[in-house]
Order: sequence, then structure tokens, then C-alpha cells
Amino acid sequence: MRKAGAIFLLALVVVSVATLPWSLQWYNVQELDTAIRHPPSLAPAVAMARFRQTSEPSSVSSKLAYAATSWFGHDDLGRSVFYRLMPGFLLSLLVGLSAALMAVGIGVTWGAVAGLAGGRVDMALMRIVDVLYGLPYILMVILLKFAITRPLTAWFGGHTRIADLVVLLLAIGGVSWLTMARVIRGQVLSLKSQAFVDAARAAGARPTRILLRHLLPNLVGPTIVYATLAVPQAILQESFLSFLGLGVQAPTPSLGRLAADGVYAINTFVGYWWLIAFPCGTLVLTLLALNLIGDWLRDRFDPKTPYPSPVVGRGK
Amino acid sequence: MITRLLRRLITGAATIACVYTLTFVMVVSIPGNPFQTGERNMPPEAEQALRARYHMDNNWLYFWEFLLGAIRLDFGPTFTYNEWTCNQVIAASLPVSVIVGSLAIATALLLGIPLGVLSAIRKGKLTDHLGLILVVLCISIPTFVTGSLLLILFGVYLELAPIGGWGTLSHLPLPVITLSLPFVAYIARLTRMGMLDTLGSEFLRTAYAKGLPQRMVIWKHAFKPAFLPVLSYLGPATAQAVTGSFVVEKLFGIPGIGQHFVNAALNRDPGLMMSTVLVFATLLVAFNIVVDLLYSWVDPRIIEAV
Repeated sequence: MRKAGAIFLLALVVVSVATLPWSLQWYNVQELDTAIRHPPSLAPAVAMARFRQTSEPSSVSSKLAYAATSWFGHDDLGRSVFYRLMPGFLLSLLVGLSAALMAVGIGVTWGAVAGLAGGRVDMALMRIVDVLYGLPYILMVILLKFAITRPLTAWFGGHTRIADLVVLLLAIGGVSWLTMARVIRGQVLSLKSQAFVDAARAAGARPTRILLRHLLPNLVGPTIVYATLAVPQAILQESFLSFLGLGVQAPTPSLGRLAADGVYAINTFVGYWWLIAFPCGTLVLTLLALNLIGDWLRDRFDPKTPYPSPVVGRGK
Repeated sequence: MITRLLRRLITGAATIACVYTLTFVMVVSIPGNPFQTGERNMPPEAEQALRARYHMDNNWLYFWEFLLGAIRLDFGPTFTYNEWTCNQVIAASLPVSVIVGSLAIATALLLGIPLGVLSAIRKGKLTDHLGLILVVLCISIPTFVTGSLLLILFGVYLELAPIGGWGTLSHLPLPVITLSLPFVAYIARLTRMGMLDTLGSEFLRTAYAKGLPQRMVIWKHAFKPAFLPVLSYLGPATAQAVTGSFVVEKLFGIPGIGQHFVNAALNRDPGLMMSTVLVFATLLVAFNIVVDLLYSWVDPRIIEAV
């Protein structure tokens, strides 16, 4: 079951990358005037028939493209949900991955330095983490977004959509490293007191060598685990920001944006089920798959829960 | 015990002070201001006058002014809601969020603990796998999706609950359930972890050897130490739950405090931002201290260690 998560995710990535040429062309194109009145038909033939009624296909590729789109229906602006969903999924994955990357970059360094240095440095660094924990998460993301939007947009030479995306990545990533820092520090503290570190120090190894050769390999496990768990967290955060209207800017799609749009549509016109079912379904399945992978990795790597299953109860 | 409590209180106050300073720096350094919201911009003279009146033209003065006010529990005016003070906004909304949040935490404990214990006892069996799926689903579905689905199912189709609003008991179940689901997941996971750690220990073998029934061993002997990870999670979780959730409040039309965090930030309202952050930070520190005290009550060895 846990492997199914990885397989599902991989399949979705393959499909969305493979359809990228079409979806980049179609995600913001109005295909039908009264699209929202047409519930999606699961039979491509019906979809083709409907398409012939509306307009004549201009090329083979657009015909192909249309046959695929009608499986998922259209939104209120007549845009194909499928071709919005596919790049949206990739974008959400990008948000998640970059947040995980920032969590690893900042969190591991922060935690390792705090744990290794100990004493005052440790205290100062961890107090900073405590203080940042004391700020409401969502407020921090919003403020961070406001603070870096203007300089970044200027830096990108007015390419607002790119700048906007980078701002989002930085804002979400900038608050995702706190847990990682705590975990890594704890891990370093417990590793530091072990005999092999003493042995290395006695053999004359410098602190940098101890860190790189002896500690970092032992930190790979928890790092991978928490990085994997940071990905769904960030995707969820982005969907929440989209719900507030602070996520990626329209018309760029993301899973969260599409789900939020669906929620708004279904709240006002009950009955457009495909607008909420497909985006939310993809979002939930993606997060489910990522969480399952993270859970599986935690069972594998976390030294606290040995794998395969520990001896439970009286048998020892 | 008392020195420990005192030490915790002092570090807590220091943390709150740092949180305040950091928030203040962020608030004054972000672009945009509460007087130029785009639609109805006030004339520069009026803005100047308002800024001067609340000492907002001098950051240093404003910093101390607000801090001294906050210590006297007077958070000053808000510019988001005309003719309201921050105190009135918080006094009107915090109790609502506390009711919803504490009920959500209680629900999460009631559902999460049995789920966690059950999947720990049946580790690797079907129950454990089903529990895992349930837990991951709870974490994976965004609150705004669960909330709207519950609303449509129970509010629109079954007509069992009102669609939104606040005031009667029937308004409570849907938001409470929506808010509690992520907490259910974490609590179940932590309970399972703690239970698995405990189940292997010697004193439980002794308990079994004495011939105690399993129910007794689990709930009377194993549960207390297994609950420790949940307890340390409960501090921040409760603080988060009782300061409300923007999504839940927006979906169900609840006048809680969660919306003010977002609205204050969106309107760049310095007073409201800092007062909501201070409320959150204070609650967080307070709950962490309470958890700390409960910790040493559950496991008396911890005091000796400190």
C-alpha cells in the first residue's frame, strides 16, 4: 500500500510532464462558451461529438487535446479542468520540493551548528527557533510575502508572474525549516555523546571532519524523513494561501488554487461537482501518497522505530 | 518545583518580548500602510495627524508606547474596523474561538487516543493499516475541502445542521469536527508511537506476569508513559486551536479571532497584528508551561533530571 503511493505519484508526474506541451498551450484557453453547464462525460466519444457541435477542430493535436480534456469537464470560464490540473500538479510539487529543499538547507545547517557548538551558541540559535515558533505561521507567511514581493519583482525585471512564484516558494520555504532544525539538533546532541565521536576526536579529527565524515552520514535518515514530510505540508500551505487569494496569481493553476476555485464554485452553484472532485481528488491523493512515502521512510530510517517491525510485548 | 515554575515564567516572558520585537520590526518594515488601502485613501494631512496621535511617526516611541499599553492590557486602536479598539475586537472574538478550539481539542483526544492505542496493539494488522489510512486522510485533506463537504452534506442535503452562523448549540458540531480532524491525526500518530515505545518495556511484562488482563495493563500501566509525546504536542496544538482558524471561521461564518490574524496582515494594521500575535504567543507560552507542569506530574522523574 505504501509503495502504491510512490507508484501513483510517479505515474502522475509522468502524465503531467508528458501532457505539458498541450497543457501549457491550453490551460488558459476558453474552449466552450457555456462550459460549466456540461458535466464531464467519461466517454471520449461523447466528448468528441460535443466538440464537433461547438467548433471545428483546426489541427490533429487540438483534436487529441480536446478528447482528453472532456474527461474532467470545464470550469466556469470554459477552460479545460484537465489541462489546468496537470501543470497545477507540477507547480504544487515544485512548491513542495523547494520548501523541502529550503528546510534541508537551512534546517540541517542551523540544527547541526547548534548541536555541535553547544553552550551559548546552541542556546541563542534555539531561542531564535522558539521565537519563530511563537509567531502564528500564517501571519509569518503573509508578512514574508509582502516584504519580499516588491524587491523581487524589481529584481526579475517586471516579470510579475515569475517573481510571484519565487516569492511564494521563498515565503513557504522560509518558515518550513523550524521543525527540521529542532530534529537535527536533537539528533546531533545524541550522536555527539556517542563513543565513535569521542574516538574520532581522540584520533585528532577536526570539528569540520567530525561533522562531515561522522555526523552527517548519521543525519541522512531523519533529514530524508522530515524533508519528505515537509513536501505535503508546503503543498497544503500553498492551497491554504490560494484559498485566501494569496497563492499563485490567476490564471496560473496550482492544485490548491483549483481546489479553492472549486470550493467557491460549489458553494455558490451546487451541482458543479467535477470542479471540486477532480482538483481536490488529485490534491488529496498527492498528499496521501507523499505522506505515505514519508511514513514509510520514517519507519525505515528513524532510529527510534527500528525496521522491520520491533519485538513488541513479551517475546524478547 | 517553584524555582522551576519561576524559571519557566521568566523564559516565557523573554520569549514573548522577543516575539513582540520581531513582529514590530516586521510590521514597520513591510511595504504598504493601513491608511492607503487603495479605495478610500485619506488625505495626507489626516494620515499625518493620525500617525502623530498614535506616535506611529516615530518607530522608537511607538514601540514603547504599544509595549507599555500591552502590559496594561490596552492594545490601542485598530484601523481595520472603524471605531473599534483592538481590545474590543479581541474580547468579542477570542471567547468564540476558545469554545470552538477547546471542543475541537477534546474531540481530537476522544477520537485520536483510542485510534492510536488500537493501532499500536494491533501493529502490522489490518486495524493498523486502516488506522494509518484514516490518519493520513485526515492530514491530507485541506480544511476548506472537509469543511465545505461537511457543510454541503449535513447543511444542504440532509439539513441536519445550520449552514453557518453562530449563537446556538447546533452551530457547533460541524466547525468543531472540521477543526479537529488534523489534530485527530497527529494525536493518533503520537499515541501509537508512544504506545509502541512503552509496550516493549519490562514493567509491562511484570504486569502481564501478575496475571492482569490486557485492558488493565494498557490503560492503567502503559497509557501514562505512552501519553507523554501527546502531552508535549498538546501545548502548541491547544494554543493553535483556541486562536481559531481562518478557514473554519470563514466557511462557517463564525466570529472568531482567527480571521483577524489574516485581516490584520492583509490590511497592514499594525495594532491588530501585534495584539493578535501577542495573544497567540502568550497562550502558546502559557500552555507550554501547563504542559511542562503536567509532564512532571505524569512522570515524576523529570523533575529530578532538571
